[in-house]
Amino acid sequence: MSVKVLYFAWVRERVGKPEEQVEPPPGIKTVGELMTWLSERGEEYAHAFDNPKVIRAAIDRAHVKADASIAGAREIAFFPPMTGG
Amino acid sequence: MTAIIRLQRDDFDAAAEARALTRGRTDIGAVVTFTGVCRDSEAGRGVTAMTLEHYPGMAEAEIARHVEDAERRWPLLGATVIHRYGRMVPGDNIVLVVTAAAHRGDAFAAAEFLMDFLKTRAPFWKQEEHAQGTAWVEAKHSDDAAAERWQTPRRHEAAE
Repeated sequence: MSVKVLYFAWVRERVGKPEEQVEPPPGIKTVGELMTWLSERGEEYAHAFDNPKVIRAAIDRAHVKADASIAGAREIAFFPPMTGG
Repeated sequence: MTAIIRLQRDDFDAAAEARALTRGRTDIGAVVTFTGVCRDSEAGRGVTAMTLEHYPGMAEAEIARHVEDAERRWPLLGATVIHRYGRMVPGDNIVLVVTAAAHRGDAFAAAEFLMDFLKTRAPFWKQEEHAQGTAWVEAKHSDDAAAERWQTPRRHEAAE
């Protein structure tokens, strides 16, 4: 499965890029598993995801929890808690 | 209901937006206008500028979901939400919420509801500039608490 992954704010800064296309293996079923898989891709990813509890996620532009399935997702985003308004 | 949602780099005119929402209408009895402005300090530290990053596409969608939610909760006759992104300096406008209703209670409540959710659910992130460099603003528990008070208990829980 190939999916576009986006990063925002300090997650983006730590990973070092705003987005990329990734191909997680079939065993990766949830957003939380994807975070773990990403964190093993290198030091910058390990740094970005070193505290996965604070990272928020969205699938196809809607908020999801870590246990959400990534099946069929086109776009998955990771970001810190929001500070708009 | 008339709903206007805009994300923009440029400034906005709160008075003009309120006028646009009520133009030609005689059923509106209350208009609440809230403007969020860039401050020169945060947690006791001076702020020289601020950059707002957003998630294009999702920001609009998330705001629209909350405007629809507000419309289900209160008999609104109009709502406008404008959120700026990019670099701002103290004194600059950041966000505008305008709500219109027949009565003030509904307009006040809906405006507060929309602001509480913009703070905690709309995908925006503030990075401050100060004398020592830059820092991402941390989410405040008080903002989460403000948003949580609008959560209605789920039916099966309420019945227990």
